[in-house]
Amino acid sequence: MTQKKPRELVLKGISGSPGICIGKAYVVDQEGVNIIERYPIAKTMLPREIDRFKHAVGKAKEEHARIIKSLDKDVSETLNILETHMALFKDKMLYGRTIETIQTEQINAEWALRKVSRQIKLMFQQVDDPYLQSRVNDIVQVSDKIMANLLGARNIKIADINKRVIIVAHDLTPADASQIQLELIKGFVTDRGGKDSHTGIVAKSLKIPSVFGLARATASINNDDILIVDGSSGLIIINPEEDTLFRYEERLARFEAYRADIERESHLPAITRDGVALNLMANIELVEEVVSAKDNGASGIGLFRTEFLYLDLKRFPTEEELLIKYKELAELMTPQSVTIRTLDINGDKFNPYIDPVEEANPALGLRAVRFCLENKDIFITQIKAILRAGAFGHIKLLIPMISCMEELAQVKAVIRQAVAELERDEKVFNKDIPLGIMIEVPSAVLMADELAGQVDFFSIGTNDLIQYSMAIDRRNRRVAHLYQALNPAVLKMIKMTFEAAHKNNIEVVMCGEMAGDPINIPVLLGIGIRHLSMNPASIPVIKKMVRDIDIEKARKISEELIQFTTVQEIIRFIQEEYKDILPYKETED
Amino acid sequence: MNKQIEISHQTIVLNDLGMHARPAAKIAQMAMTADKTIWLYDGNTQVDASSIIDILTLCAKKGNHIHIQAESRQDTAIIEQIKAFFDNGFGELTP
Repeated sequence: MTQKKPRELVLKGISGSPGICIGKAYVVDQEGVNIIERYPIAKTMLPREIDRFKHAVGKAKEEHARIIKSLDKDVSETLNILETHMALFKDKMLYGRTIETIQTEQINAEWALRKVSRQIKLMFQQVDDPYLQSRVNDIVQVSDKIMANLLGARNIKIADINKRVIIVAHDLTPADASQIQLELIKGFVTDRGGKDSHTGIVAKSLKIPSVFGLARATASINNDDILIVDGSSGLIIINPEEDTLFRYEERLARFEAYRADIERESHLPAITRDGVALNLMANIELVEEVVSAKDNGASGIGLFRTEFLYLDLKRFPTEEELLIKYKELAELMTPQSVTIRTLDINGDKFNPYIDPVEEANPALGLRAVRFCLENKDIFITQIKAILRAGAFGHIKLLIPMISCMEELAQVKAVIRQAVAELERDEKVFNKDIPLGIMIEVPSAVLMADELAGQVDFFSIGTNDLIQYSMAIDRRNRRVAHLYQALNPAVLKMIKMTFEAAHKNNIEVVMCGEMAGDPINIPVLLGIGIRHLSMNPASIPVIKKMVRDIDIEKARKISEELIQFTTVQEIIRFIQEEYKDILPYKETED
Repeated sequence: MNKQIEISHQTIVLNDLGMHARPAAKIAQMAMTADKTIWLYDGNTQVDASSIIDILTLCAKKGNHIHIQAESRQDTAIIEQIKAFFDNGFGELTP
């Protein structure tokens, strides 16, 4: 059969992490299972195919029976559901029809099972009874179990992908992302997600080019299609023409040469031309990322996001479980410091097991420290684990989203209680670990002077500070253009925060995405910021930039900049003043 | 071809949740042991009682009248058993 060469197709999404990759697409379905392949079965082989299906059902039933047996008889509700599932395995509509489909259509068992379970799903979706609609889940679970056994002999999970491919998925959960053998993956492309989504952050720290929010990627891309992922401009090109390929191959070579160049110098200290030493630290969320932080020349962990363990476990971790992770991190980084931020959930990291309440505006709702203060037992568990880990290294405690003095007072009361409980239980801990707060809402900026008198350090979270200052949801594409780090209002807030901290003699770290973008560096240094924490992958680029900067000039420039009233003027001014040292952009042709 | 013999019972859904997955599974288990097909009717909708999925598509709610029908006289005992299960409110009625 001769096939016409497919046409080149360009899709525009959101830039996830920079870089270019060219490779074959590997489309994964939801739950990380491969897209089911369809292939014909010769008539003589049909009995064998049906046997294969029956065997898979048998194995799935066995596994299921083992689960039921292992359950406590107290959980009768769960038991009921599982026993119903047991009966569903051999249900006529699922089992009988799949065998029928294999036979009549002469196709493989996976495809037949998929087809039948989709028909059943469709049938239930037409029913307007919500209870019955929810029963679809039972059928899906049972058919997934059979499917897993059918595919069992082959590699089915993304964890097992063993070729250099570009992953195309609807969405990748944190668990999916952490399973991937990253040295094998060239790039990520997803239908959903944004720049600051979990996957985006992970992809960036691992230097894997990625594009998110493409809406129709999984629908438009087939397995083995040739893809170009341009993570810097947020483009993907499906089945590129020869000259497009050629152009990108060249660009890729240039980018890699540039990256190799800056990485060679990444272990050297970050000292400006006039001799001011800066502290460049890494933002991470997995202990495993310590390697990447060190490789990139970080001088500490400026932000350890603690949500991952909570999202991954699907329940609240215990104090001991948290302690193991925090202690490991502290020991790995000693003598450098690790700033652990307490739980920052809800808002954009929604978690079904934690809060079933739907909020109209989650970004303005019960998130971060607000959630923790409402759920004191969860909060105190985490604080105790952090204080205990403090005995094994140089740990700092950071509280997100403080918006008023009362909240800070409540937090301090919780810390006092944690200390009292640890003392009572005679645990080893460090009660003098520095306490800091994130400055990320405008009210905290306005109260920075008062807040600074109460804590040991500030950490400016620019992602949220920009969002709340400009009143935009940064994941809403219609207003995303207003997400401007160099907006004069944002710069004024940063300046106010820095001055308040300076006056009160406390340290200021900037730990948002803003710190990792070279164009922002002159003005940040000019304002006075000396501690920056960013995605590990950004450190080498920023270090190179820092070495070419003169602090005195930066100070003058930031003073001039603050006079401008539009973001365009500010960007143009910096580009003009620093055109010789702003780094190479691989999107330039 | 044999003339189809039909034996049927009428019953009613008594429990609050209606016909949900657990009783559907029980009924399917009973119907699977039958010699020939056992059918459930709700109004004009007819489903095969040996399939949970098929039974669930009936969406039978509390108060619905259900017809249980056997194709074979040998299955009389089974449809009586199923009727009893309905009449007993699937064993879920609180006294």
